[in-house]
Amino acid sequence: MREANETLEAGGISDALAVERTLAGEREAYRVLVERHSHYVYRLAYRMTGNPHDAEEVVQEAFLRGYQKLRQFAGNANFGTWVYRIAANYAIDRLRQRKNEDARRETPSRPAEGELGVDPLAQVRDAAPSPERLAGSAQLARRMQEALQTLTPAERTAIVMRHWDGCGIEEIAAVLKSSTSATKNTVFRAVQKLRAALSPFVHSGGTARAAGTES
Amino acid sequence: MKHPSEEELFAYREGEMKDRGALAAHLAGCAECSAQLEKLEAVFAALDGIAVPDPGQDYGARVWRQIAERLPQKRQNWWASLLQPQRLLAVGCAAALLLAAFWAGRVTKKPNAPAEAAADAGQVRERVLVVAVGEHLGKSEMVLVELSNRNADTQGNKLINISSEQRRAENLLEENRLYRQTALEGGDNAIASTLNELERVLLDVANSPAEITPAQFASIQKRIAAQGILLKVRVVRQGLRDEATGRKQPLEGQPGGTKSDSNAKARNKA
Repeated sequence: MREANETLEAGGISDALAVERTLAGEREAYRVLVERHSHYVYRLAYRMTGNPHDAEEVVQEAFLRGYQKLRQFAGNANFGTWVYRIAANYAIDRLRQRKNEDARRETPSRPAEGELGVDPLAQVRDAAPSPERLAGSAQLARRMQEALQTLTPAERTAIVMRHWDGCGIEEIAAVLKSSTSATKNTVFRAVQKLRAALSPFVHSGGTARAAGTES
Repeated sequence: MKHPSEEELFAYREGEMKDRGALAAHLAGCAECSAQLEKLEAVFAALDGIAVPDPGQDYGARVWRQIAERLPQKRQNWWASLLQPQRLLAVGCAAALLLAAFWAGRVTKKPNAPAEAAADAGQVRERVLVVAVGEHLGKSEMVLVELSNRNADTQGNKLINISSEQRRAENLLEENRLYRQTALEGGDNAIASTLNELERVLLDVANSPAEITPAQFASIQKRIAAQGILLKVRVVRQGLRDEATGRKQPLEGQPGGTKSDSNAKARNKA
């Protein structure tokens, strides 16, 4: 992660200064932080929620909470990292809430988070459309997007933070409120499920391509 | 070497395997395991193929417009947070003690000379403060001792609940700020400095989640030990206790200051 830019930008002020001014009562200073870090937080939110509407809500809520808790921001981490964590925490809460709501609506419930059945990957495979229906890399990406949706909120959070944002296990563990060893397992479980979802399209040599297409 | 498990292959890919050399050598000669590793790589390559829609150049400005109205016009000052119901009790006690100190200074015997009156008032005020800060340090010490002595299973995975210590630290924080401010204004730099260090540790505890991992808990314990804050709190507290019971007489008769000024100087010197 760490696209967060703390340095002075053209015509702008540093994150640290913007935080200081906001705390001193200058509300407009917070605007600098929002405008600077919104895209970054949006990418996390989109990858976690899987749709633009939910992602935008996560971003707004993260910055609102950041403003309310700004006094707790110790200043020993950069603001981008801090608001990123707030967004991750909020997004995982949302995912869990949604999952619970879905579970209540659907009678044959899915296994609870972290609970593996006899074949934890079967669910992913079953949900997969036949290879013939897939064509082109866009569909492959869509397939992966679908596979991501089948992950538990913790697995999804773990893989997003680990793969796209390069977060350390400790950092992910803090968001998952879990131990480091349990978090490592969660990341691996996510990878296993994704690998299983992708296996019909992975050919010898490790390249993935949709049926009927050349990669 | 026997064929590595998928988990070991993943650990190898993540750079988290200790004996990488052996596995690398195995991979060089084992087509089956190499293919397994490539399948894992294919997962990450496919993930990279998922595009994030561009929310637009002006997205940051849009987010600001959406949340700006929901932000309070002006952030609360630190003292405004003291008025939150759950903190009122702790703050009320601290404020009452400060008020008592002030009032005691006004109503005690009215001596003839104005200079003497000022000195006596200062003395009584100081006495009440000494007791109040001493009590505060005692309560803080208890929280820190409990955290330091708690024998958590740092090897296990079970989360540790520190919600009780967290709440107490949160309440103590407000008192601490008041006393630190008062100590600073009174020129009591030694106490102000200890309270300042204490505040940072209390802040760490108060801002931690209610349930933390053993590693996070160990890190809090380490911070308490590293700053030597417990020892400092004990030393200052003992000094204040001695002063309150009259066992240790502060320096007196220094020119250019009241007796309470002298007390502060004596503590700073100590």
